[in-house]
Amino acid sequence: MKMYIELYASLMPLLPPGKERFRREIKVDDGTTVQQLIEQYQITDEQAHIVLVNGHFVCSIDDRNHKILETDDTVSIWPPVAGG
Amino acid sequence: MSWTQKILRVNLTEGTCTAEALNMQWANDYLGQRGLASKYLTEEVDPKCDPLSPDNKMIMATGPLTGTMASTGGRYSVITKGPLTGAIACSNSGGFLGAEFKNAGWDMLIFEGKSPEPVYLWIENDKTELRSATDLWGKSAWETDDILHQVHQDPQVRIACVGRTAEAGCLYSGVINDKHRAAGRSGVGTVMASKNLKAVAVRGTLGVGNINDMPKFVEAINAGKAVLAENAVTGQGLPTYGTQVLMNVINGVGALPARNMKNAGFEGAENISGEAMHEPRASDGKPNLTTNASCFGCTIACGRISTIDKTHFSIENKPEYWGASGGLEYEAAWALGADTGVDDLDAITYVNFLCNEDGFDPITFGCTVAAAMEMFEDGVLTTENTGGIELKFGSAEAFVAAAEALCSGEGFGQDLALGSKRLCDKYGRPELSMTVKGQEFPAYDPRGIQGIGLNYATSNRGACHVRGYTVASEILGIPVKTEQTDTDGKPELVKAFQDATALVDSAGLCLFTTFAWGMDNIAPQIDGACEGDWSVERCLEVGERIWNIERQFNNDAGFTSNDDKLPKRLLEEAIKGGPTDGQVNRLGDMLPKYYEIRGWTDKGEITDETKQRLSL
Repeated sequence: MKMYIELYASLMPLLPPGKERFRREIKVDDGTTVQQLIEQYQITDEQAHIVLVNGHFVCSIDDRNHKILETDDTVSIWPPVAGG
Repeated sequence: MSWTQKILRVNLTEGTCTAEALNMQWANDYLGQRGLASKYLTEEVDPKCDPLSPDNKMIMATGPLTGTMASTGGRYSVITKGPLTGAIACSNSGGFLGAEFKNAGWDMLIFEGKSPEPVYLWIENDKTELRSATDLWGKSAWETDDILHQVHQDPQVRIACVGRTAEAGCLYSGVINDKHRAAGRSGVGTVMASKNLKAVAVRGTLGVGNINDMPKFVEAINAGKAVLAENAVTGQGLPTYGTQVLMNVINGVGALPARNMKNAGFEGAENISGEAMHEPRASDGKPNLTTNASCFGCTIACGRISTIDKTHFSIENKPEYWGASGGLEYEAAWALGADTGVDDLDAITYVNFLCNEDGFDPITFGCTVAAAMEMFEDGVLTTENTGGIELKFGSAEAFVAAAEALCSGEGFGQDLALGSKRLCDKYGRPELSMTVKGQEFPAYDPRGIQGIGLNYATSNRGACHVRGYTVASEILGIPVKTEQTDTDGKPELVKAFQDATALVDSAGLCLFTTFAWGMDNIAPQIDGACEGDWSVERCLEVGERIWNIERQFNNDAGFTSNDDKLPKRLLEEAIKGGPTDGQVNRLGDMLPKYYEIRGWTDKGEITDETKQRLSL
């Protein structure tokens, strides 16, 4: 199944090789959950502070375990960040 | 007691400098800096006065932790009645100036009247004098800083000054200190220039030694520093990426306003993001970001020092801008970039340099240009109005030309100096000004983040994110995550953030500590430094008292609940597309509850019961 992953800030080095800044087209098995994707990229729970699927928050580990990814979904992940 | 207990009253009309004892009753009730100076302002200034008349006063104030060993304890604020808004204004700045005031032995400087000729104030510990600044008038903030350092022959002298835009009456000019830090919002620098006060130069060697309980203080500040170092935001994220790390986050959640807030979401956001500032450029292989930097005593170091591509059109023939200088923070990058549709990192970095060099607020400037761009595209403004500038959204060339026009003080620059409210009024399109109480919005769309909309509407200095930064909770999950599009619980959230922020702004600390610190980290530091029992509860009560005294000043100035509102666009024009598709701000669902928990009437007036409870 084709989908997209975006890793930002200090997570950028975990991206596979590619041309775009933050975004990669990837293939995952059908039925993959958000949490499984996070673990595939060896991102710890502490690092996966902000997790969006198509711009919508998936906050708790429980929700991430239950949220099954679909074709063309975009998962965006940030470590703890702030500013203002 | 870490107050020096001394204030300096400078009567610019008479040309006198007089030392006075600090009112310790007020210090105990309002702590310092923002709170204490607001108390002095409300006691001494008619809220209905013309902000640019000699009747207004301008106060430069430190907090009790300014100049101490507390992390980030280098802050000072400028408090006055703001000319952009007509409301109470308090603009906070870092750098090294605040600590120098304190080391010279002063808690606060009160400027009153108006000098007949341009002057600057020279402070060397107890020695204070007004000196002629006739030769400084017409100079930029950077030139002024350089000249005063040459005059005083001491690199440790710290300088606050205004640039050319303030002298020309631009209503959103700031006070620049240490060349790259600014008390930037609401036009506090315009007030300073209206008094013919060009600069304050200070050297302090007395130290800040009057800590009330040194062992308790040291224990508290060391514990606080450990929390900052271990926290992922203050220990890693902010030093590496600065506040600019937010550009992609806020765009990602559908809350990045673009093109005069016509919509949320900017396709060029990643090109002007904190991550982009790290990328090597083609011409010389160097990134925009040269290094990070810190203010006095800061253990976070979020500041940005940047360079611009020497081959970029904005500076290719201007070697004076080829060196490293103060770089982009998130709010500036948004206003100068996304809100104008410009995704040229070098162009907006150059304009950010100009903001520091000539002392004007990048948020209000960017938003004013954005409003002008919308009027240009609607045909309300033409090249005849703009001095030939094709002022279209997304044009970096037009944007740079507009900034240079403002600095010149001539032609279309005079229109831009008005700010968006007066500019849009002048050309008959008041609905295109994205302001509250006449001040422009920062970088979060209140349609996509409900609580920040309520904070904007009720902020005492006009639209402002750092009066109650609920984005921390609604987006960033600090201290706990709340749902960005919900209104339930947001009045309580806004009040809590506003009151806590008022306390932090009055202590001498940087607000960014609160990404890691709670009030239980801050109160012990104040308690160690100051006499009396500074519990968490007392700190929060002081914060609430400060919020209310500011509100009372505004009410007495003529503001009412009719001014606690958002532009029609944000209430009625729904976001199109993206994760916040269909959202408008639902201010009406939140404001009545906010008034109720504040202890105000449904007209936004402070009840007698609340005044009594807070000893106003």
